[in-house]
Amino acid sequence: MLTIRAKCLTALLICAALSGCNTRPTTLYQWQGYQSNVDAYFRADKLSLDTQTKLMEDDLQKIRASGGVVPPGYYAHLGLLYGQQGNLDQFAQYMQAEKKLYPESQSFMNFLLRNFKK
Amino acid sequence: MNYKNIFKILSSALVLLVIVGCATTTPIDYAAYKGSRPRSILVLPPLNNTPEVSASYSVLSYVTQPLSEAGYYVMPVTLVAEAFKENGLTQPADMHATSADKLRQIFGADAVLYLSITQYGTVYRVINSVSVVSVEAKLVDLKTGQQLWTGSASASSDEGQSQQQGGVAGLLLSAVVKQVMGTVLNQSHQVAGVATTRLLSAGLPKGVLYGPRSPNYGKD
Repeated sequence: MLTIRAKCLTALLICAALSGCNTRPTTLYQWQGYQSNVDAYFRADKLSLDTQTKLMEDDLQKIRASGGVVPPGYYAHLGLLYGQQGNLDQFAQYMQAEKKLYPESQSFMNFLLRNFKK
Repeated sequence: MNYKNIFKILSSALVLLVIVGCATTTPIDYAAYKGSRPRSILVLPPLNNTPEVSASYSVLSYVTQPLSEAGYYVMPVTLVAEAFKENGLTQPADMHATSADKLRQIFGADAVLYLSITQYGTVYRVINSVSVVSVEAKLVDLKTGQQLWTGSASASSDEGQSQQQGGVAGLLLSAVVKQVMGTVLNQSHQVAGVATTRLLSAGLPKGVLYGPRSPNYGKD
């Protein structure tokens, strides 16, 4: 009797676990504040470039610490923030990082590396 | 069995058919889209057909998340805007007028998404004022110039959280809807987030298809 009950319980638990896995949607990427940082960049008067860079760097640490995937455009935008402040080494480094993680960006990243000069 | 009964059964079957027929919406043709299989999408700064000057970049700041989660690589929107500016193009209309060849050459994207904003801002009413944002979209293959998909979506600050959506689209939407409910400040911008997420999430009726980076690619 007890064993049957135990079996039923295990079966129920497995069911619950499985359906839990099925119904909970997960995102492909860790976004953190990326989109609001993009918004801040476009508004220009909201936050200084230096503050925007710091926010992006802090979020990057959080994404890496949680083992999440850095979203498309994240490295490139961070590189742009450095470039706008005259830091061309960091600019190039992050364009390379974007290209490595997302080969789809290769043409555009190469175009930027050739043409972007502060 | 007599003929009367058969007639009764037939007529009720017909009524049922008509009702079912009415309920299904006309499906849109995804043949060109499925044939093109774009991996990367270039989103141009939206055309703004409203008096609100900030509308274009407000909407643009929201496009990356839904399209990326749908499984596409989205060309970094801030760098796209800067690249146009460096080349003397500051108005979305001028960017939209750039030839497909030129766009493909510079950005190397498989497809381009043209957005236009038809409504953005607060509609003042006697009792309460409401923020409304409406956006239209057209996805075009950059190699062939063929139109792959068109869509449109609206959102308003007083619609509540009634429309529940499942999957990742629902997850993204509930996050932006929650923001709208939470604050009155900058409301149009947040309503723009709901409209844009609704417009560009995969897995919704008449929406964009899943892209190659999604586990659902090819299943829709």
